[in-house]
Amino acid sequence: MELDKIIETDLKMGSANQEVFADTLESLAVIDKSIIVVTSDSRGSGKLVPFGQKFPEQIVEVGIAEQNLVGVAAGLASAGKKTFAISPACFLTARALEQIKNDVAYSDNPVKLVGISAGVSYGALGTTHHSLHDFAVLRAINNIIIVVPADNFETEQAVLLAAKLDQPIYLRFGKKLMPFLSEENQEFEFGKGRIVREGNDLTIIANGETVYPAWQAAKALEEKHDVAAKVVSMHTIKPLDTALLDELAAEGKPIITVEEHMVNGGLGEACASYLFQKGARNRFHIIGIPDEYTVTGSQGEIFKHYGISRDGILAKAEALLK
Amino acid sequence: MTDKDLKLKSVFLRKNLLKYIYKAKAGHTGGSLSCVDILNVLYNRVLNVKPNDFKNPDRDRYIQSKGHCVEALFVTLADRGFFPESDLETLCQYRSHYIGHPTKKVNGVEQNTGALGHGLPICVGEAIAAKLDKKTHRIFTLLGDGELPEGSNWEAFLSASHYKLDNLYAILDNNKQQITGSNQEVMNTDSLRDKLEAFGWSVREVDGHNLAELEEALNTGPFEVGKPNFIIAHTIKGKGISYMERVLKWHHGVPSPEQYDLALSELDAAEALI
Repeated sequence: MELDKIIETDLKMGSANQEVFADTLESLAVIDKSIIVVTSDSRGSGKLVPFGQKFPEQIVEVGIAEQNLVGVAAGLASAGKKTFAISPACFLTARALEQIKNDVAYSDNPVKLVGISAGVSYGALGTTHHSLHDFAVLRAINNIIIVVPADNFETEQAVLLAAKLDQPIYLRFGKKLMPFLSEENQEFEFGKGRIVREGNDLTIIANGETVYPAWQAAKALEEKHDVAAKVVSMHTIKPLDTALLDELAAEGKPIITVEEHMVNGGLGEACASYLFQKGARNRFHIIGIPDEYTVTGSQGEIFKHYGISRDGILAKAEALLK
Repeated sequence: MTDKDLKLKSVFLRKNLLKYIYKAKAGHTGGSLSCVDILNVLYNRVLNVKPNDFKNPDRDRYIQSKGHCVEALFVTLADRGFFPESDLETLCQYRSHYIGHPTKKVNGVEQNTGALGHGLPICVGEAIAAKLDKKTHRIFTLLGDGELPEGSNWEAFLSASHYKLDNLYAILDNNKQQITGSNQEVMNTDSLRDKLEAFGWSVREVDGHNLAELEEALNTGPFEVGKPNFIIAHTIKGKGISYMERVLKWHHGVPSPEQYDLALSELDAAEALI
């Protein structure tokens, strides 16, 4: 499908973030034998087949049993293993939610939960395989960092940092090939939004695979209207970069948020909750999946249907700037 | 500690758990009384754990999956010196760490439990880690029979035998009752031994109030090399207090002053016979 393809040519193309995740983990596992990967028949989709072949002592397979996946991971982490628990995001954060809440977050076992093929990556496989609830449910649980890297650079940095982290974290990856979004800004830390395009007329806050269409929309705004839009990869939803939001509130310019998630309880609502309790007066709009039976189609078609696209974001920006 | 002292300890722990349930006006009385002998044997004869060095990586692990019977655990830990018994005066009070389920805020508690079907999967992770690191410590969990229908237990049963975790010991407090009625009425798990053996576990059955039998089972092992160990401890809900034994309402009943006095006098009489 043309819609699923990267059409810009001025950004360097990379790999799917979940492939970079697997490669990074492999590079870590060579030197750190305390790294353990737990999978639920998910090593194929998680690109971890080579990992399993190279490090058979560092992979624990639990079969298709997500509750056990997270419980076992909690036990391994409690015993001092740097434990990455990998499963499609839809199953990991719904089927095993109670294990995430109690065994990981509440018991403070520093498991790195990795949701792969997230959002609507599975496209036409439908709602059973979509994870459009994970930000909302995990935001409502104390003691878990939520990170959604946008490009390969952020993914690699996030995995390296997560390996060192002594706290529960959820990493969410998609399977679409991603371009490198910024060569200038090569800074990454959890809880600090990464500005991948500068601008002072409007801000687009996005995360994960929606940062790229946000970037495209910003480019179109410049070419079409001479409007300079700032694009923020808000890769960490929790803790949110409130210092950056304070700056945006002070600027007072329109803000659009974009996410591959239900509008309910997601990135946009997290930003809105902070901004408007602080008295911000910015015009504000959330682009995401509305509370309805999700349209069927490929990821690209679903994105386009709900305006998670260059043209959708552009149209919303034009409306807000009027 | 002599065998006689161990028996006296069981009576003491029963008195204490009733005391704090009575004071807090809350607690899972029947289930605490059914599992307290198991805890007594674990903490006084089996587990290699030290109050002043609890985080030692080579310690045995005990994770109480049936977290609601926390009163039995708390009085046992206090008696072993993990914290001053006077801390239990705050049981279930505002801002106390001594709440109605185990939490790691309390010295001696491995994991925050309470939601059922969670203890065993965590133990599987601990047991795999111990095997990977070639450690010899053992991993124990206490399951309630009412939590057996939780699917996560059966996921864990599969993985424990798949990974040949003979360093793992699951103890079932088989008091045969749960909040709504008997296990058989609520959700029948009969032929449990056959089920577990079919899942690849090595199973033993003991009288869960016979301290010597418990000790023998818990200190033997693995029962079979390469198989996880399951101990069905046949117990009586409300054990030791005549009017509580096998009476459903004592699942989480709190005694009246008269009932409390009667319970203590029964325990005094039991003590005198030891």
